[in-house]
Amino acid sequence: MRITQGTFSFLPDLTDAEIKAQIQYAIDQGWACSVEYTDDPHPRNTYWDMYGLPMFGIKDAAGVMLEVDACRKAFPNHYVKVNGFDSTRGIESVRLSFIVNRPAEEPGYALTRQETVGRQIRYTTTAYSAQQPAGKRY
Amino acid sequence: MTPTTTPAAGTDAAALAVADRVDLHALCADAGVFELLDGLDRDLIGLAPVKARIRDIAALLAVDRARATLGLDARPPSLHMCFTGNPGTGKTTVALRMAEILHKLGYARKGHLVAVTRDDLVGQYIGHTAPKTREVLKRAMGGVLFIDEAYYLYRPENERDYGQEAIEILLQVMENQRDDLVVILAGYKDRMDTFFASNPGMSSRIAHHIDFPDYGADELLEIAQLMVAEMHYCFAPDALPVLRDYVARRMARPNFANARSIRNALDRARLRQASRLFADAKASVTRDALQTITAEDIRASRVFTETAASAADGRAAT
Repeated sequence: MRITQGTFSFLPDLTDAEIKAQIQYAIDQGWACSVEYTDDPHPRNTYWDMYGLPMFGIKDAAGVMLEVDACRKAFPNHYVKVNGFDSTRGIESVRLSFIVNRPAEEPGYALTRQETVGRQIRYTTTAYSAQQPAGKRY
Repeated sequence: MTPTTTPAAGTDAAALAVADRVDLHALCADAGVFELLDGLDRDLIGLAPVKARIRDIAALLAVDRARATLGLDARPPSLHMCFTGNPGTGKTTVALRMAEILHKLGYARKGHLVAVTRDDLVGQYIGHTAPKTREVLKRAMGGVLFIDEAYYLYRPENERDYGQEAIEILLQVMENQRDDLVVILAGYKDRMDTFFASNPGMSSRIAHHIDFPDYGADELLEIAQLMVAEMHYCFAPDALPVLRDYVARRMARPNFANARSIRNALDRARLRQASRLFADAKASVTRDALQTITAEDIRASRVFTETAASAADGRAAT
């Protein structure tokens, strides 16, 4: 099952030229780009691992692409995303975030139903991949 | 990058293939190349070989652009450069100009200059160098990376020096991403020659080796006048012959650093002018007095009082 998280995730995977254009857009808006990766793609997992520090003060997308390529090379079977962080006072949050790399095979999620008091049902989703220990998931 | 510089594809190519002429002059005028080159001639005194090479490069880039509009193959040329010359011959100034020119010609996308030295590239311990160098390279992408005194990167006397690691990363990026980044190395001629002798890979990846000649006395005078004009000062008429004399004496001294020495001399003349005005501050000062550097401001320099013997001990003139 294809994971859809972040901007553009319902589109086909972006090509490198498209990624570069999006990064350049973020830079032109004054946002600082950063690269993050994870092997636990649960939608509530907001804490992906940072690949290097956020890149403030970069003028051209080629600089960020260096880091994106390095991350994809180091983690070819992980999810990798690029964030555009807006440091404007009062906003100070991620304005743009899109996936730039995904594992070849995405097994998807299991839906667990838990019966509680009064026959009420609680739902929870678990990624099949997350059942493996970290580092062996993809 | 503008659409004209990317190779035309599909229907565009078919449409363009019909056209068989392009207005080269208009192409350059649009990009503001002529103003840029004229400005270079106006603002930089002397440096004839340097200007000639910059013109060549500008012409090549303009022709490449014209070729691209006609659908001819225009592969981005390698524009890494090496500036060699004595101190104060304008290497950094020209590098700054270079970034602007390459930007105007559509070669460098952003046209900013990142000036670094060994300290910014080479780390202190194992594993520190690569991230540092990559950080600098990332910042310089889309512009010009200016490495001042580049020969310090390689220290042959210490075989465990991390400079070699920085050089290897640089080489890799210079080769693979030459349309993203222009690297300019600068340094003194003899030491750069030893640097290249021990790093043949570096030498062969640099297409343009440009040597900056020393300035003559007349050129230095012109530079001085340009500098005072920029600082909104002017010379009193009787100050010029004194300045000419000063330049001649200064050139004969050790540690003479061309235009940089002139700039320092002017700064000191400004100091003396200020204290002269300050000393008789009773009267109100006129606009003229505030911006005129007189002969005595220059003549007070130690260059005039010291004998040749004491000059040889190598102290900088004040």
